[in-house]
Amino acid sequence: MDYEIVIGLEIHTELKTHSKIFCGCSTKFGSEQNTNVCPVCLGLPGVLPVINEKVVEFAVRVGLALNCEILPFSKFDRKNYYYPDLPKNFQTSQYDLPIAVNGHLDIEVNGEKKRIGITRVHMEEDAGKLVHSGATITSSDSALVDYNRTGVPLLEIVSEPDMSSAEEARAYLEKVKAILEYLDVSDCKMEEGSLRCDANISLRPRGTTTLGTKAEMKNLNSFRSVQRGIEYEAMRQEEVLEEGGRVVQETRTWDEAKGISLSMRSKEQANDYRYLPEPDLVPIIVDPATVEEIRLNLPELPDARKQRLMDGYGLSEYDAAVITTSKAMADYFDQSVGCNADAKTVANWLMGEVSKHLNNEGISILECPVAPKQLADLIALIEKGTISNKIAKAVFEDMWTSRKDAEVIVKEKGLVQISDSSEVIGIVDAVIAANPQSVADFNAGKDKAIGFLVGQIMKQTKGRANPDMVNSLLRERLQG
Amino acid sequence: MKITCEDVANVALLSRLEFSESELETFTGQLDAILEYADVLNKLNVDSVEPTAHVLPLKNVMRADEAKPSLPRELALVNAPEQEDGYFKVPKIMEG
Amino acid sequence: MELFKYTAHQLHEKLVSKEVSAVELTKSVLARVDAVEKDVQSYITQTRESALKQAEAVDAKIGQGQTISTLAGIPGALKDNMCTQGTKTTCASKILANFVPPYNATVVEKLMAEDTVVIGKANMDEFAMGGSTENSGFFPSRNPWDLATVPGGSSGGSAAAVAAGEAIWALGSDTGGSIRQPAAYCGLVGMKPTYGRVSRYGLVAYASSLDQIGPITRDVTDCAHVLNVICGHDAKDSTSINTGVPDYTKSLVNDIKGLKIGLPREYFASGMDPEVERAINKAIEQLVSLGAEYKEISMPHTEYALSAYYMIAPAEASSNLARYDGVSFGQRVEGTDIVDMYKKTRSAFLGAEVKRRIMLGTYALSAGYHDAYYVKALQVRTLVKKDFDKAFHDVDVIITPTAPTTAFKLGEKTNDPLAMYLQDVCTIPVNLAGVPAVSIPCGFAGGMPIGLQIIAKPLGEETLIRTAYTFEQNNDYHKGFAPLLEVK
Repeated sequence: MDYEIVIGLEIHTELKTHSKIFCGCSTKFGSEQNTNVCPVCLGLPGVLPVINEKVVEFAVRVGLALNCEILPFSKFDRKNYYYPDLPKNFQTSQYDLPIAVNGHLDIEVNGEKKRIGITRVHMEEDAGKLVHSGATITSSDSALVDYNRTGVPLLEIVSEPDMSSAEEARAYLEKVKAILEYLDVSDCKMEEGSLRCDANISLRPRGTTTLGTKAEMKNLNSFRSVQRGIEYEAMRQEEVLEEGGRVVQETRTWDEAKGISLSMRSKEQANDYRYLPEPDLVPIIVDPATVEEIRLNLPELPDARKQRLMDGYGLSEYDAAVITTSKAMADYFDQSVGCNADAKTVANWLMGEVSKHLNNEGISILECPVAPKQLADLIALIEKGTISNKIAKAVFEDMWTSRKDAEVIVKEKGLVQISDSSEVIGIVDAVIAANPQSVADFNAGKDKAIGFLVGQIMKQTKGRANPDMVNSLLRERLQG
Repeated sequence: MKITCEDVANVALLSRLEFSESELETFTGQLDAILEYADVLNKLNVDSVEPTAHVLPLKNVMRADEAKPSLPRELALVNAPEQEDGYFKVPKIMEG
Repeated sequence: MELFKYTAHQLHEKLVSKEVSAVELTKSVLARVDAVEKDVQSYITQTRESALKQAEAVDAKIGQGQTISTLAGIPGALKDNMCTQGTKTTCASKILANFVPPYNATVVEKLMAEDTVVIGKANMDEFAMGGSTENSGFFPSRNPWDLATVPGGSSGGSAAAVAAGEAIWALGSDTGGSIRQPAAYCGLVGMKPTYGRVSRYGLVAYASSLDQIGPITRDVTDCAHVLNVICGHDAKDSTSINTGVPDYTKSLVNDIKGLKIGLPREYFASGMDPEVERAINKAIEQLVSLGAEYKEISMPHTEYALSAYYMIAPAEASSNLARYDGVSFGQRVEGTDIVDMYKKTRSAFLGAEVKRRIMLGTYALSAGYHDAYYVKALQVRTLVKKDFDKAFHDVDVIITPTAPTTAFKLGEKTNDPLAMYLQDVCTIPVNLAGVPAVSIPCGFAGGMPIGLQIIAKPLGEETLIRTAYTFEQNNDYHKGFAPLLEVK
């Protein structure tokens, strides 16, 4: 039986507001436990919530960026369940009238474009953090609760079950992350929990339309986990079906270390959330004029920026897409080009040497020790002919560790390219004289033999000779 | 009977309450009587009536995004039944 | 006359004229508490030391020639569901027996700013659920008019304290009648303002869309003074009304000529004690003789209001009370795991009525019943509210009895929760609609006070005060004292 995978993603993102959604406590990450709390976010008897206007503004921004309809009347509801990270034992969220609905987002995988539907975007509050003494929560005798995170504003973005592969899911997640970064509403750090992803996965016979029973996957803590987790789950479900069994609707947790998913079996007792309209908060009515104002003030989004790079600088779609995957990378690009460096060259360096170094050290472009202007200056030296491309790579290595400017390094190490033929002609003649076999090969028609001779000359000049000049000098001498 | 002992047992679980057999029976009887009385609501036709969740016509009550001082940790923990290292301490959590 | 028999506005004159000091007044009230508290049991916690300090501060101000507000130095009681920083706030529940809030309710801040003196936290039905204060997790309070009867509920302790002279004024809270009914049973003035008129920040929630804080006082003048202090917008309460507060004492006018009174026939249906009915009718006749006109009106959805309330309030309560779980505050029973702890803690420390309402509410919200019960109740609420809207097109105030009977005996209704609920039939519709209402004494039946309820449209407190004041000034009920006060 040929099955197709049906995937829907639920993404939660923590908004980078100064204060929490319902109280004035700071949202700062990494503070000492229970130091960013107050009676309201602790859920003490008698307290009441008051909505942070920035959360609503950010929610509308995200809704618009995801091509959603902003509902003119939206309200909060209580989702009731018991868990120690939830002080009130209910979460204030949005149930039937979320702030934004019916959007979409376009992704591209292996050259193919696809539109993924977005069911809804809604606002809610985050829960606290549980710390446990044992290896896992369930193997510990007790648990410790830190409420710093309760009340941090979250947006939940729910997709339609429109993705059909782990790659598509990953591409969707990357696109949403990029949009959130471009909108400047979230730090989007999966490792800090400011971006989280749950996946709903089911299988159905290829070509049919009825959805199969889905399993919900949690604990997908990185892009890699999302992809691996989905691939594993699809395989697991296929095995179950092939053996004649039925997929159980359940919640499963992903174990990245073991590369398997495990059933959180007790969550099967369907949690009856008993939603009721939040009586302590009044409805949000966003008037069309405000929505328009927010729409007009939306920052440039990834697709638009990609197009601008293609139209303005002639970058290929592929290159433009890679550069604009992250706002930080796109900003770096803009700044570097703004220092009069050639756009295509900057792009190549970013996708090449810069990315290589960033990946080796596991850091982001924001932590790149070479500043955009420094890169531009390096490129300028290549264009002026002061150094060759090959030398430039070595200079770049040096810039990375020493943080010095290219010009300083070139001067210190005496790497200025030799472009004056009179300086080199002696070496050219010497190399010709020392390598009669290669000369003979070249004269016999093996054009490639010149490469060896060029190599020898470059070695003797410690790579400083201008390779094009060397090439033409050699040909002159050999044919002359 | 509008409500059975089993219904009440389920509701008790959702409410994180536990009862003895006899308590369960007593509560079931009382809740049943109340629900019977509440049945009068079914006599009304409310098909085209909007539910009222808020009596006031208030909307868009919001505050500026400004961080304010939080509680000093000792005060946050002052009523904690059990604490450790600045955390609230609770018994083990079985999954789900 | 003993100091504790005077009203707040009378005592204010004595303080200003230096006839009496605030400390003397507080000591007089404290002595009174010592004398009768064992019989009345109004207080869960007494804050004697801080009360005396507050009084000393007022005397210092008077000594320096500063002007003081009407409630400055006047000892009062706060229902124990209003958070007081540094002082135990229990809601008369064992689960909060040791809970000390690290913050003040907004009304408490406002009272402190007026230099009032707080004698203590008054007893109540646990988490405000009840109509007799017999559901207190600690002990019942007694009615100073007859110690074998209930003072009403859930603000029974507040009413008993004022009626017994253990406080000059008190704050209660009203979700289905919990200020008005105890005021009626204890011969006092009790007002539930318009929903949203008084901040709920710091009021431990029972049913959020129905709860309101309000005054319980000896007369209408004191009620107006207390309202002046506690009403007003609060940025911490998203459901608080954002319009200015008038000076309610300007409505203390003895004139109701041309006032249109509506008498809803559904409130005068069977079930009322004949003596109560007689007193109410007599009161209406008097109002007419004073210049008011009356008109019989119909509020056809009245009979459904009780059922709707007993779906909505428990539903909200089941959610509001979920936080009492032993995790971060309150009492705890240790368990083998967290769920076990939740169950043991809540079962051990929550009372039977509270459990009943939590389960009723959970049931009404649960999958499968949600639309049939909860949503339906919200729709009925709309109809009840429309009845009031329609009525106020034709009349200025609506008059009804506050309760169908006078105070019943302790223990009389504790075995029949439904019978207890039926006591609220006159007061509940007011909460569903969010309109203001006041109960004032209008007679006696078998020596026990009867309450007259006056209802006005939203933000109609001024009309309520004028109507109540006029009735009061043309009678002597506010001058009488409970027999307990006569006992030396």
